[in-house]
Amino acid sequence: MKCYELIAFVHRYLDGELSTSESSVFDQHLTVCPDCRAFLDSYQTTVQLETLAFAEPDAPVPEEVPETLVTAVLAATRGPARGPVGD
Amino acid sequence: MGTGEPLPPTPVGNRPRDHFELVVRRFAPRLLAVARRILRDEAESQDAVQDALLSAHRSLDKLRGESQMSSWLFKITVNASLMRLRRIKRLAEEPIEALEPKFLADGHRQDPGSPWCENPEARFGVQQLCELMFEEMARLPEAYRNVLILRDVQGLTTEEAAELLSIRPGALKVRLHRARCALRELMQPHLAEDRSS
Repeated sequence: MKCYELIAFVHRYLDGELSTSESSVFDQHLTVCPDCRAFLDSYQTTVQLETLAFAEPDAPVPEEVPETLVTAVLAATRGPARGPVGD
Repeated sequence: MGTGEPLPPTPVGNRPRDHFELVVRRFAPRLLAVARRILRDEAESQDAVQDALLSAHRSLDKLRGESQMSSWLFKITVNASLMRLRRIKRLAEEPIEALEPKFLADGHRQDPGSPWCENPEARFGVQQLCELMFEEMARLPEAYRNVLILRDVQGLTTEEAAELLSIRPGALKVRLHRARCALRELMQPHLAEDRSS
């Protein structure tokens, strides 16, 4: 296995979507390739930090939203809708 | 994003647009909380939520069910907040191709860089680490931010996220992997053991 193959399929490896034999090839490569071990670690850390960034409990959900915000939104939506956006 | 109590029954009609004020009052507090977390500025946060809700008003009828509405409102609020953060911090969007791993002819990575430090929280502190993540997420193209927000942050399944983005599940998996690789690459200079890499 080459490093580019491991990196191309690492998400499937982590999601358990590879066959037993394919996973075994991954495991073997990881035992001999420090660069790919480091990549795997940093890939997993990236996902963990995404979760951390949005989960850190430093901003409690307010009970209510400021009335000025509600009023501004509702005022801006009065009148004909402009149709769906491509979001 | 939790949805809490279901939307109250509307006396006007069954479509979200018919009871938009209830939608605003129901979801805006949580949307404001996530905007504040990203922007750390009250006026900018309220403006980001307003942008998101106005965008929502134009598209609400396309959504099916409260769960889908909640996920979608969260996504567009995070995007609106990250776009404001990008402007405030004067950050440039990075093309996804520039952030993908590069390989030599023998299959090894061209520039593997240094391994990451073992404890990023200890290096930066949680708040600064979160700010770094928001800034680097803001530099990703929107299509790639979207899959990260829906799958990694909100925990939607591949199928749920694919339906919300109107793409095939297989395409979503590929896009998610490219987005994670790109964000990993953007975080590399911050988190490498040897910060010169």
